[in-house]
Amino acid sequence: MTSATQRHDSAATAAAKPVLDWFFALAALAVVGVYIRAIYFTPLEARQGAAQKIYYIHVPSAIASYCAVTITALASIVFLWLHDERADRLAEASAEVGLIFMSMVLVTGPLWAHNQWGAWWVWWDLRLTLSLFLWFLIVGYLVLRGAIEEPAMRGRYSAVLAVLAALLIPFIHLSVYFSAAHMHPDPIVLQPSKPKLPPEMLLTFLLGIGAFTWLCLALIRSRYRLGVLRDEVALLEAEHASR
Amino acid sequence: MSDHRPPGTFSSAWLLVRKDLAIEFRTRTAFLSALVFAVLALTIFYFTWDESVVSPNDRAPGVLWVVLTFSALLGLQRSFGLEEHDRGIDALLVSPISRESIYLGKAIGNLIFLCAIQLVAIPSLVLFYNMPVGRPLFLVSGIVFLAMVGIVAVGTLFSAMAVNTRLAELLLPMLSLPFFVPILMNASQAAARVFAGRPVAEVGHLLKLLVAFDLVFIFACTLAFSFTLEE
Repeated sequence: MTSATQRHDSAATAAAKPVLDWFFALAALAVVGVYIRAIYFTPLEARQGAAQKIYYIHVPSAIASYCAVTITALASIVFLWLHDERADRLAEASAEVGLIFMSMVLVTGPLWAHNQWGAWWVWWDLRLTLSLFLWFLIVGYLVLRGAIEEPAMRGRYSAVLAVLAALLIPFIHLSVYFSAAHMHPDPIVLQPSKPKLPPEMLLTFLLGIGAFTWLCLALIRSRYRLGVLRDEVALLEAEHASR
Repeated sequence: MSDHRPPGTFSSAWLLVRKDLAIEFRTRTAFLSALVFAVLALTIFYFTWDESVVSPNDRAPGVLWVVLTFSALLGLQRSFGLEEHDRGIDALLVSPISRESIYLGKAIGNLIFLCAIQLVAIPSLVLFYNMPVGRPLFLVSGIVFLAMVGIVAVGTLFSAMAVNTRLAELLLPMLSLPFFVPILMNASQAAARVFAGRPVAEVGHLLKLLVAFDLVFIFACTLAFSFTLEE
């Protein structure tokens, strides 16, 4: 009884926090700022022209989505270990946000590839195939969550799926690698000897990564708070029904 | 502690295998439907290519893996669906055998079921597509077995999870197919090269990855299985 009341109280205080707040608003503003800079104040790439500008949305989204799915995997391990419902909620929140960013990667990538590679899709490109299957895994994870009503079981099942998916990634990576022709550009930014990206472009790129990662964290935070509210509503409905 | 020790992990797993196979042997519904599906799909796929452009020999390995994957899904759906009837799973859970035994028993049962289907499907493929017999066929059967072990390891776990959800068996392909990707990618390329008469050494790295997948997922899914049954 006490634990139920405590849980109720903590949920109620959390519910007082707004879902979208200054943290989210600043992240959104930062993304807008980066795009104004990318479009108007960053020079055109000599060979690719305007098509290269998609790079400032494509790569930061990819990094943000990898951050989100890493959080999902880590939170799932924590949930299996400690059975803390907060970890489950965090895993769910970051999986949903990860899906949004991964979808952006999969939309912007083919747009650029059609212009530069001459093909929308190249199966034997490592990162492309990996991103697609990661997208499928996240969708499967969210569908699984939607298909289970009971919260404890939903948490366990989805955590098991997330941990196994984390084990699967290296296998998909190696499988494509073994049969791959590498189509993605070689690293230009993380080249210790000689960075080739001009400073204006590098700055826009780094600002883009910063803004997107921030937006990703802000969205996860908002989605987490939404999850708290949802659980609160479920609790109140259950109390109401039992009366 | 009583004097009557419960049977060990493997002997109780074997009891479960015998139970499932006895049910299957008496009803034969799942086996016959999966078998007819496999042979029917082999014949239908024959007509989906222009024979003058792609020779039957070139497309046979691809057809083999498509048929194998989907007949495997049919077999896996049945695995825990069987226990849902009259809540047989509850009886398994209260019996003095470990969760690992339940998983291993189900997995071995599924492996035998799928291998039995392949025992008919692979000779049918050889027959319909005029494939070489002898050493290549022997090697491809080995690759199929390695792939089956991986498919069963992951599929048995997801079958147990899927039956408890609202979507039931509809969820199984969605959960398991992404996990079959590394298996199918490596096994199908290895099989295609072996069928084409290339030396085994050329596909050694693919087979190693396949074996690594099998080992990692047998271990991980055995551990994960107990999380899916907590009641």
